[in-house]
Amino acid sequence: MKRGLAEMLRGGVIMDVVTADQAKVAEDAGAVAVMALERVPADIRRDGGVARMSDPALVEAIKAAVTIPVMAKARIGHFAEAQVLEALGVDYIDESEVLTPADEAYHIDKWRFTVPFVCGATNLGEALRRISEGAALIRSKGEAGTGDVKEAVRHLRSIVGDIRRVTQADSAELYGWAKTLQAPVGLVQDLAASRSLPVPLFCAGGIATPADAALVMQLGAEAVFVGSGIFKSADPPRVARAIVEATTHFRDPAIVAKVSRGLGPAMRGEESSSVETRLSERGW
Amino acid sequence: MSGKIGVLALQGDVREHVSVLAELGAHPVEVRCPEDLAGIDGIIVPGGESTTMALLLDSAGIRSPLADLLGSGMPAFGTCAGMILLAAEVLDGRRDQAGFAVIDISVRRNAFGRQVDSFELDLAIAELGHEPIHGVFIRAPIVERAGAGVEILAAVDGRPVACRQGPVLVTSFHPELSGDLRLHDLFLKGVG
Repeated sequence: MKRGLAEMLRGGVIMDVVTADQAKVAEDAGAVAVMALERVPADIRRDGGVARMSDPALVEAIKAAVTIPVMAKARIGHFAEAQVLEALGVDYIDESEVLTPADEAYHIDKWRFTVPFVCGATNLGEALRRISEGAALIRSKGEAGTGDVKEAVRHLRSIVGDIRRVTQADSAELYGWAKTLQAPVGLVQDLAASRSLPVPLFCAGGIATPADAALVMQLGAEAVFVGSGIFKSADPPRVARAIVEATTHFRDPAIVAKVSRGLGPAMRGEESSSVETRLSERGW
Repeated sequence: MSGKIGVLALQGDVREHVSVLAELGAHPVEVRCPEDLAGIDGIIVPGGESTTMALLLDSAGIRSPLADLLGSGMPAFGTCAGMILLAAEVLDGRRDQAGFAVIDISVRRNAFGRQVDSFELDLAIAELGHEPIHGVFIRAPIVERAGAGVEILAAVDGRPVACRQGPVLVTSFHPELSGDLRLHDLFLKGVG
């Protein structure tokens, strides 16, 4: 059942919002869920400092503004923030590298919660470790707040490529894969048998245009998270709507072309290799 | 059973419905544009976000041709968000959230609460035999009113969670997630 909500979000766009008004814009544009936070990743990068869970008042205001699911972020390992978010009744918790990690060795034991968790991963081993801790949904990390899709592509290709390779392995080789991936052998065996992750795989971090969404969906993502890409663009309602349509019709270039036309400047962005803090390296 | 069954594939748990249909020997077709509706004998409207699907129905140009098919009596099966989209009336929904109105029920969205209030429950449905069906309820809608022509197949605390009116079957839970094929089978029998 925890996984169930993630299945319902498939083919959709989850949008970062920092106010109740933005949440309404997201819902009007067809978002399947919103991520309530105080600053989008691009601003967290610009402002620096410690990034923490959002003010409960903000989360509550956003919950009151929309009828779609509301997610919120807790710091890596900060189970007390997660407890607060669960008490607030959020629909999903993102244990996120975008916030400053609270624990340098351990992630949250997510089995102890009723609310489902989404976690980021840069490779298959990281994805399986998060699943072993109870994550009900995995998102490839990308490099949040850059508007550069390159890292999202790297992480997605790494995860999907290794799933294909594990599927080809024989039973003895699976033990080697478990060692290489630093992941429980049981999960590796299940993966080989089912040929897919036991939870849905979404994509995040650097998606700024409808074509970016179509790209990652074709590479195997089942839904997309868009952070700074919408509300840092020139025309957020139209960009939001266009990314929603491109995510549904990702195999139809004529539709992606139609929705991309005349959107105005996308977020300016920053090349991912030039950023000082690599958020995607947080998590263990 | 060899009917060609459309699964509205704008958003949501399309894959689960497709795989259940294939397992039952039907021919599932993912519907993303009006051309995909050609030659289908029935349609499944899956779980997902009803607001998102309602908006994409318009932008994809599917709303009006699908409404015509449903109006001419094509069988339909809606789960969760699908139930909302097939219902005659959506209470406290969004103003723009008009559905197909092919089953005379009024539904309230997310009425069982938020994700933390989601639940699973065994349900008795007489037509499916003695074995109860496992209902997975995720931010599920509630049927607050069912018209005289609507059969109530199952209820939770006196509230209908599975209903049928003529060729239209709806559930507020997700049989496609439980591995139980009987409700899909019931729907396919109606397709004939």
